[in-house]
Amino acid sequence: MSVRTLPLLFLNLGGEMLYILDQRLRAQNIPGDKARKVLNDIISTMFNRKFMEELFKPQELYSKKALRTVYDRLAHASIMRLNQASMDKLYDLMTMAFKYQVLLCPRPKDVLLVTFNHLDAIKGFIQDSPNILHQVDETFQQLTEIYGGLSAGEFQLIRQTLLIFFQDLHIRVSIFLKDKVQNSNGRFVLPVSGPLPWGTKVPGLIRTFNNKGEEVKKAEFKHGGSYVAAPKEGSFELYGDRVLKLGTNMYSVNRPVETHMSGASENLAAQTQESIAPNPLAKEELNLLARLIGGMEIKKPSGPEPGFRLNLFTTDEEEEQAALTRPEELFYEAINIQATQDQQTNEELARIMGEFEILDQPRRSASKGDDLLAMMDEL
Amino acid sequence: MFRRERSIPLRGSAAALCNNLSVLQLPVGNLTHFGVVHGPSAQLLSAAPEGVPLAQRQLQAQEGAGVSPPLITQVHWCVLPFRVLLVLTSHRGIQMYESDGSVMVYWHALDAGDSSLVQAVFARGIAASGHFICVGMWSGRVLVFDIPAKGPNIVLSEELAGHQTPVTDIATEPAQGQLDCKPLENRDCVADMVTADDSGLLCVWRSGSEFKLLTRIPGFGVPCPSVQLWQGTIAAGYGNGQVRLYEASTGTLHVQIDAHARAICALDLAPEVGKLLSAAEDTFVHIWKLSRSPEGGYIEVEHCHGECVPDTQVCGARFCDPSGSSFAVTGYDLAEILRFSSM
Repeated sequence: MSVRTLPLLFLNLGGEMLYILDQRLRAQNIPGDKARKVLNDIISTMFNRKFMEELFKPQELYSKKALRTVYDRLAHASIMRLNQASMDKLYDLMTMAFKYQVLLCPRPKDVLLVTFNHLDAIKGFIQDSPNILHQVDETFQQLTEIYGGLSAGEFQLIRQTLLIFFQDLHIRVSIFLKDKVQNSNGRFVLPVSGPLPWGTKVPGLIRTFNNKGEEVKKAEFKHGGSYVAAPKEGSFELYGDRVLKLGTNMYSVNRPVETHMSGASENLAAQTQESIAPNPLAKEELNLLARLIGGMEIKKPSGPEPGFRLNLFTTDEEEEQAALTRPEELFYEAINIQATQDQQTNEELARIMGEFEILDQPRRSASKGDDLLAMMDEL
Repeated sequence: MFRRERSIPLRGSAAALCNNLSVLQLPVGNLTHFGVVHGPSAQLLSAAPEGVPLAQRQLQAQEGAGVSPPLITQVHWCVLPFRVLLVLTSHRGIQMYESDGSVMVYWHALDAGDSSLVQAVFARGIAASGHFICVGMWSGRVLVFDIPAKGPNIVLSEELAGHQTPVTDIATEPAQGQLDCKPLENRDCVADMVTADDSGLLCVWRSGSEFKLLTRIPGFGVPCPSVQLWQGTIAAGYGNGQVRLYEASTGTLHVQIDAHARAICALDLAPEVGKLLSAAEDTFVHIWKLSRSPEGGYIEVEHCHGECVPDTQVCGARFCDPSGSSFAVTGYDLAEILRFSSM
């Protein structure tokens, strides 16, 4: 499908990740300067120039598993640590939120406005750090250059590619259930009222023309929905009113992060298919992944700053419980073992993954080859 | 009025692609055949009138180089004078099967050249015209394959250049049906094929040993994902929710319907009665009746029925019989085919 999808997928999921982390840092009463450092470190890693260069190259999407490895790495770019259950929950929330936004997007092109909403909010997180702000603005520029010129057809292909990526993912999210935008079966509610996409007329009119192009008849019909015309088009400029609310921060102190885990019961077969089938392409994907993650610059925690662990659940007990009760089809297993056959990629990834594991797992032995698999097992 | 019938379960949910449902009715055994794309695989199944699936088959796109398994873009049954073939298009090529999907009789690999580095390469838009099968390309070209009465000796006979952007859909109708209502001197320019693309441009063709481009109908900035042809009238469904009807031979616009609140993803025609079905991402399916105005002779439209499929982003919809008394619908992320029939 579209080879222009990965940057949008990465930036929007990253934006959702930051919303959730920001909310949990507050809920866990992490001191302001420490919380700011975490967000700053993650955002500056996310928008690193070399990394963005790799990201914006036309390419196919990664598998859900491989992409998760990227966010694992990103979430650990600072002094904060997340354990397996919290990381799972974080990734579930991010993916379901962006799936909702893509599905509800009025026009395919509006997925760009959703992205801008995320970038606008990210800039709010780092307003005191001019260097990182500059990095984000550069990415904004790149987005405008590449996506500003795409046709409606190309955006439609991008949206279809994103929807295929999120297909069969039906995790229930409590904030969506409470807002009544998600049904109890995990499917999203599609409204049949409200503002129309920009450029679409209120349905209900049939106009007939003769051979000379003169209108000879006007008839109405009952469409079944009740819509209003869009008030104005959202701004695609660096600063401006996006009009669209999809992609803005939906969490606040009063609206905490929660998830109900539920597998896609109606679609179990389709889901497990992906994880069981041996994937002969894993090696090539690993190569690409190594190149992409290699572009991330991870600052090792240095000096007196002590690290801390963030919990996506209210209590540690809940977190442990979630790790035990997670539906099987939602496991993000380690990346395919075949990877060990490719020594070069293996070493590159081991180096990269090793870098970020050192402080977290000091008990690990030094044997790189075995370590990689063990480390990935933990992802 | 239509009522909901028992739905047919699918092994995998339908992918978010336009025209993501193909229906083949065979008089034998009163069975209806359905084809739906899941993503890297497509599912074929036959069902008895009461909706019980009897036979199922899974087809995969041919592998090739790449990070992920190739995605299928469309499946469609092509009814030719002497045989029925199932055609599957993907990001790797075109696969043609015997109608039950059991034997692949032809494989055409896409030649991406350098363009695969900067843009997606795929085939999309399938239709039969006489003994030809026409398939659209990402480049805007339309490939014409000459199909023998039997056997695998399928030949690429022509490449049509009319579009500059990816082809979305192709519609055909037997020219014979139209000839009777045309004056003798106009028979050479009877339009029997329409191709649509991502920019909304329509190209109108006369099929034959050499296809002839008759006219172009310009787009207006939104894609045209689905197109149909009936008695010399083109029905086109657009990304802004509009349905437009044109005179095929001249390209004159005769009807403009503000039909849907979101992009249209599928149109279908019931040729016996001139009923048009339109389905869109707004969760609605509408059925229209087309007719010729008694005075001016131009085409007119009347709304017959609207059906809401709650919380379903419809991606495919087809009539299940030539008289338009039943239809089937698929939706993104939905692992069943919904069926409706008139009461």
